[in-house]
Amino acid sequence: MREKEPKILAFLCNWCSYAGADLAGVSRIQYPPNVRVIRVPCSSRINPLFILKALQQGIDGVLVAGCHPGDCHYISGNYVARRKFAIIKSLLEYIGVEEDRVQFAWVSAAEGARFAQVIKKVTEKVRRLGPIEKLVKTRGI
Amino acid sequence: MTKEVIIEVKDGKVKETINSFLSSLLEKNLVSALLVPREVPSKDNVVQSLVTTSDGLKEANVFAPILPVNSAEIISKMTRLTSYKSPVGVILRSCEIRALIELVKLKQASLDNLLIIGVDCLGTYSVSDYQNFYKQDNSPSNELLKKFKEGKEDAKLREACRVCEYPTPSNTDLTVGLIGVDFEKGILLKSCTEKGEEILEKFSYPKFDQSKEREESVSKYISEKIKERDELFSQTKKEVGGWKNLLSVFSTCISCHNCMRVCPICYCRECFFESPAFEFSSEKYLGWAKKKGSIRMPKDTILFHLGRMNHMATSCVGCGVCEQACPSGIPLLKIFKTVSHNVQEIFNYVPGRNLEEPLPLTTFKEDELQSVGEEQNE
Repeated sequence: MREKEPKILAFLCNWCSYAGADLAGVSRIQYPPNVRVIRVPCSSRINPLFILKALQQGIDGVLVAGCHPGDCHYISGNYVARRKFAIIKSLLEYIGVEEDRVQFAWVSAAEGARFAQVIKKVTEKVRRLGPIEKLVKTRGI
Repeated sequence: MTKEVIIEVKDGKVKETINSFLSSLLEKNLVSALLVPREVPSKDNVVQSLVTTSDGLKEANVFAPILPVNSAEIISKMTRLTSYKSPVGVILRSCEIRALIELVKLKQASLDNLLIIGVDCLGTYSVSDYQNFYKQDNSPSNELLKKFKEGKEDAKLREACRVCEYPTPSNTDLTVGLIGVDFEKGILLKSCTEKGEEILEKFSYPKFDQSKEREESVSKYISEKIKERDELFSQTKKEVGGWKNLLSVFSTCISCHNCMRVCPICYCRECFFESPAFEFSSEKYLGWAKKKGSIRMPKDTILFHLGRMNHMATSCVGCGVCEQACPSGIPLLKIFKTVSHNVQEIFNYVPGRNLEEPLPLTTFKEDELQSVGEEQNE
């Protein structure tokens, strides 16, 4: 049987990373088809619960991408997002979820090739971890 | 601003001495009311009461080693809509003051016209232990003071208190000192603000002349506590860290949300976890159960705790009332204190340290946390 393909959820900010993904598309740059994209107005729109819930529902990896620090469409949204990510990272470490399951990246609207690169890397890392077991509603209890 | 005086204690009556000071605050009209813990008629618990006459202070026991509720929440209730026009005194422990400061930053309470009287805290017992002491004809307040005097720590104190590194209150107007003070003969009263000093000037207590000794014993006491705290952190990581351990720890959660209700920091009017987002149709439950073979009911208990951890981590003061309120005996204090400590270290933030310090998620620095999102940057 073929190995199960990892499912990755990508939250992309409307102004930079989503446009970057679009550029990758119109430039016909190939990247792994494992990601499912959800467009958000800003990376700071991410509620850490989105990430936890996604992992709990059986998503193997989550990527959050936004504008580079300093380039936020809303001036400072991604700076606050960065603080939020630091908190969730620390929390995930404590509860023992593998670090690479949740990743963050800064991708601008002009970086189509970089977007493809990021997705490749994220997919590789998540594939190495295998299917998610923790957080998924556990059998038995 | 800082003025230290000593109130003489007669016949070792520590509680009565401070009560008479409090009643003279009311009689001299320095405050129009006082929020104090008072013993209930059965004497085996205390309740916070807003007292306006010195008569009402008869049952007051500000040293009662019990914390049925973190009073920051009560003060939030009293001052959230409108602040006081005339001074009202509140007698609080360190954890209550720290939580109050956080609530003020969260715009859930106001310090206007509040006279904060902080009391040195030697620790508290759980409600059931406190009640048991009374059944055995012991006065928990006197017992604890006696034990402290002998330099013994009571192993029955709540875990939150055993590892609490803030025995003395900060951000007060007046501090009632016990640590490093021969409290059977006299209690220290220290003013920390101008407001507090003005009040002390209305009294003619003798000057306290052992501030150096006091400072030394306080810092010694704190360093012991920090050692115990760090031990708790490493023990927590081993015993209740990691997915497997957490799964078994939280498996007994009955979703009563008591921890949320008693938490002083958990202030949302409407909790997301009690919203329709967590109401599902009967078919949905069946579907999940079929997919997995079985699902745990009530559902989403761990998600609730993770959500709360994520929310509270920046402001958790470690008072441990969540653990006390848990009917299933989940060791919440350990977990929350460890998680919060990790997060607070990232931002070099200490909840309740300073009213001027912004909450970590309401501010940022441009050149910080470079490692977040960096992996892809090579």
